[in-house]
Amino acid sequence: MCGINIISMEKNMKNTISTLAATALLASTTSVSAGEVEVLHWWTSGGEAASVNYLKDKLSDAGVTWTDFAVAGGGGENAMTVLKSRAISGNPPTAAQIKGPSIQEWGELGFLADIDDVAKANDWDNLLPAVVSDVMKHNGKYVAAPVNVHRVNWMWSNPEVYASAGATIPTTWDDFMVQAKKLQAAGFVALAHGGQPWQDATVFEAVVLGVGGADYYNSAFVDLDMDALNSSTTLEVFETFGNLRQFVDANSPGRDWNVATSMVIEGKAGSQIMGDWAKGEFKVAGKSVGTDYVCTAAPGTSGAHTFNIDSFAFFAQSDASSTEAQNIMAAEILGTDFQTVFNLNKGSIPARLGVSRAEFDTCAHDSMDAFVSASASGSLVPSFAHGMAMSSAVGGAVTDTATNFFNSDQSAADGVAQLVASVKAAM
Amino acid sequence: MLNFLEKNLPKIVLAPTTIVMVVCMYGFIVWTGLLSLTKSRMMPQWDFVGLDQYRRLFANPRWDVAVDNLFVFLILFIIIALVLGLFLAIFLDQKIRAEGAIRTIYLYPMAISFIVTGTAWKWILNPGLGIEKLMNDWGFVGFEFRWLVEQDMAIYTIVIAAVWQSSGFVMALFLAGLRGVDENLTKAAKIDGASTVQLYWHVVLPLMRPVFFSAIVILTHIAIKSFDLVQALTGGGPGYASDLPANFMYTFTFNRAQIGLGASSAMIMLFGVLAILIPYLYSELREKNHD
Repeated sequence: MCGINIISMEKNMKNTISTLAATALLASTTSVSAGEVEVLHWWTSGGEAASVNYLKDKLSDAGVTWTDFAVAGGGGENAMTVLKSRAISGNPPTAAQIKGPSIQEWGELGFLADIDDVAKANDWDNLLPAVVSDVMKHNGKYVAAPVNVHRVNWMWSNPEVYASAGATIPTTWDDFMVQAKKLQAAGFVALAHGGQPWQDATVFEAVVLGVGGADYYNSAFVDLDMDALNSSTTLEVFETFGNLRQFVDANSPGRDWNVATSMVIEGKAGSQIMGDWAKGEFKVAGKSVGTDYVCTAAPGTSGAHTFNIDSFAFFAQSDASSTEAQNIMAAEILGTDFQTVFNLNKGSIPARLGVSRAEFDTCAHDSMDAFVSASASGSLVPSFAHGMAMSSAVGGAVTDTATNFFNSDQSAADGVAQLVASVKAAM
Repeated sequence: MLNFLEKNLPKIVLAPTTIVMVVCMYGFIVWTGLLSLTKSRMMPQWDFVGLDQYRRLFANPRWDVAVDNLFVFLILFIIIALVLGLFLAIFLDQKIRAEGAIRTIYLYPMAISFIVTGTAWKWILNPGLGIEKLMNDWGFVGFEFRWLVEQDMAIYTIVIAAVWQSSGFVMALFLAGLRGVDENLTKAAKIDGASTVQLYWHVVLPLMRPVFFSAIVILTHIAIKSFDLVQALTGGGPGYASDLPANFMYTFTFNRAQIGLGASSAMIMLFGVLAILIPYLYSELREKNHD
């Protein structure tokens, strides 16, 4: 008798909790214990950690406790392996930092939660640009929430270096070669670059967009059209990319991206092609935009926007209170407060519309404008170097080709042949 | 009861180890073999596609580079480590002073993990930090030593670091072997008028045959499983020029969500090890039967 009572009490409690949680979801401020979320993420350093803590506080105001999904051994691969085995054993965390086509891969396997109710209640369809919401949906239902939009096709330059070499910051790749020669003649490293595969791919991607344009980019590197991949434009891309080899210093292989950024900061190098997270390095060094450093679109890509969206994918939960907590978290992520704080810290721009621009700097404003105008003109493209455009298999094959080409003296024609062959093999 | 224990205690005590071995070693070898026949990508999936993954593996230029590198690395590493280790052992065997101290110095690198070795050599070989900068600072302005950042040469830096780490260990093996040589044999050879070179070449080295075999087997499996050294020293770079099969397997299985392809590369590595081990075991076991 007693046991039955307890069970029914628990049931009642659960019902109460979910009702309360639902209320909390709508009001977002009620303080009540609504379960907990366990979250897998890699935002552990500096500003990123601060913005995650902000989300934690927001959730604890709503009565949700936050647990970090702890994986010993740091690296993302380890965490992914643990995530896979936990998902298979039926005990996945509430949410995990998964992005791009990987969301579809997880959705395909049936592990993700349907958070369409939250999305409808908060009008996500109107808040999110279609390119963003398409990535967040699996089979037409929301399964993930975006936290930011990075622009990858940035070039960060030191204007003093350019001035003292009598050069100007280039806006096309042809001009880049001319100006880079001047920088080199004056004793500077023209292109600050870290020779790691993903950085090679980041520069390659900028060359693809700058030389070929958005239509070519989409058909060759998003739709993987073999005719476009095996075209004279690709040959031109590889020629330009190959020309850049001479502007990188000999110590570049293996260098981390932020070390390359500090070469620009310290006035040893002219420019770096890197996503907007590089801005954080300039800020930490106490540099101000416009005078100490300049952000321009990578050569030939002004008006275009290569996007890289970070997001949380939500895993299907077995009990109601976790689901409620999950819904609260999803709603909170798209809130204007979190989007502002997080993106100010990370250097990116909010993934949703209707966030005040006032607190952001000019680089972020440029990025926002480019995001809107590029999405209207069709030159808003997903970054393949950052896993937004292709499956990890094909993306890896393209990265392999780019990094192998850049670090050897392979001819452009051989580069094209290897690209086509390895993409075909990986599809 | 006591009788039962007496009879079965060894079996009972050994049973857990046996079970762990059977499941964790052989069970997972079978599991990996099966996976390599499926089209598994992010998760294991049981859609069998025959040898498709192997076909894709051999069509992958990165795999070719990794296999070529393994051969270069395996051959150079084993030969250089053997020769160096043997000479160190012979020199140490000349009843020199402070032998203990010198032996410890040469053996010490073995106590360091490959990660530490890799990181230290990364700094030593980096043109902007290590030997090249040192020589330039000393006034040898034209001096260049940039194997680490050259695509064709990067694999040789891995050989250098691995030899540095392992030749002391080979030395210890040979030293133990040399100490086991019957003094009567060497004395007899000396009485017959053999020079030191002749003595070692015709008398001592043939006696070292079992040591050569153990050293080669140990070095081979160090070479095939070296993953951490590459990861720390070059990260597989520049590009993927210094990848070894183990790094390939890790990248494709865990970073690229191609479990099937990764499993097939793991199986090829297993076959490689077996191709070396089976003839060796066979010859060893056959000799025992003759005795």
